[in-house]
Amino acid sequence: MKLRPKVGVVSCSGECCGLGTLSRVATRLILEGVRPETVTLCLPLFLAGDSGEREFAQRFPTIPVDGCHKQCAKKAIEKYSGPTAADVDVEALLNKWGVEAPADRRVLDKADVELAERVAEEIAKRIDWVQGGWDA
Amino acid sequence: MTERVLVIPCSGIGKPFGSIGRDATFRVVDELRRGRAETNCLSLLVTGDEEAVRQVKDSLCIAVDGCPMECARKNIEMAGGVVAAHMRVMDLLRENRGLRPREVTFLDGDGEKLSAILADRIAAKVDELTEARR
Repeated sequence: MKLRPKVGVVSCSGECCGLGTLSRVATRLILEGVRPETVTLCLPLFLAGDSGEREFAQRFPTIPVDGCHKQCAKKAIEKYSGPTAADVDVEALLNKWGVEAPADRRVLDKADVELAERVAEEIAKRIDWVQGGWDA
Repeated sequence: MTERVLVIPCSGIGKPFGSIGRDATFRVVDELRRGRAETNCLSLLVTGDEEAVRQVKDSLCIAVDGCPMECARKNIEMAGGVVAAHMRVMDLLRENRGLRPREVTFLDGDGEKLSAILADRIAAKVDELTEARR
């Protein structure tokens, strides 16, 4: 029998640039179809409110999806809940792929959405890797 | 105190309300009041980034919250900032019961309408705060 834990995905809020929007959309694509059994958590709640967010990240493997190198989501999880199971740095991925970040932070064009789908695949790989490690 | 007004949305990711607040904020800082209002990552405040905390302390802030948890307002206040105005998407929904946004990732028509209404209100508040400071 294989036991697979719930996995939490936490996107940075990333209001400062298109990288944040890309992180957010990629995270939503995970929930909406790529890995719908996944749970997402609101990053601002780690500090502001419901301790359930912190407790979830303490109990279940959680993957931060950060738009830029500042890695706010990863830092917040580590600060309030402990080590992350894996992480995604979207800026580093785009550098590796040699592609530009979305120019508009509000509206993504077709190429940007395709890029978000590509980032979502990277998140999914990490979810599979984390869950694979829990096979019993 | 800086001249620009700082607009910070919660960017909640679980329901459409956070997306509406985020979208409206971008309409204001990138279009309606470009150069007079700005935004920054709420995540930076959550992690205690020094530059972000200083910016919040030096600015008149408008908090834009999607849900009753009011994360934007709380995080601004925890960072030592002054919330000069507080916009709540839930209030807007009560005033516009005919509009029922459902999509989170990419706003649907009703979400876009609410975002536009909210953006106009935020822009008006930016004007009000800017005028009051003169």
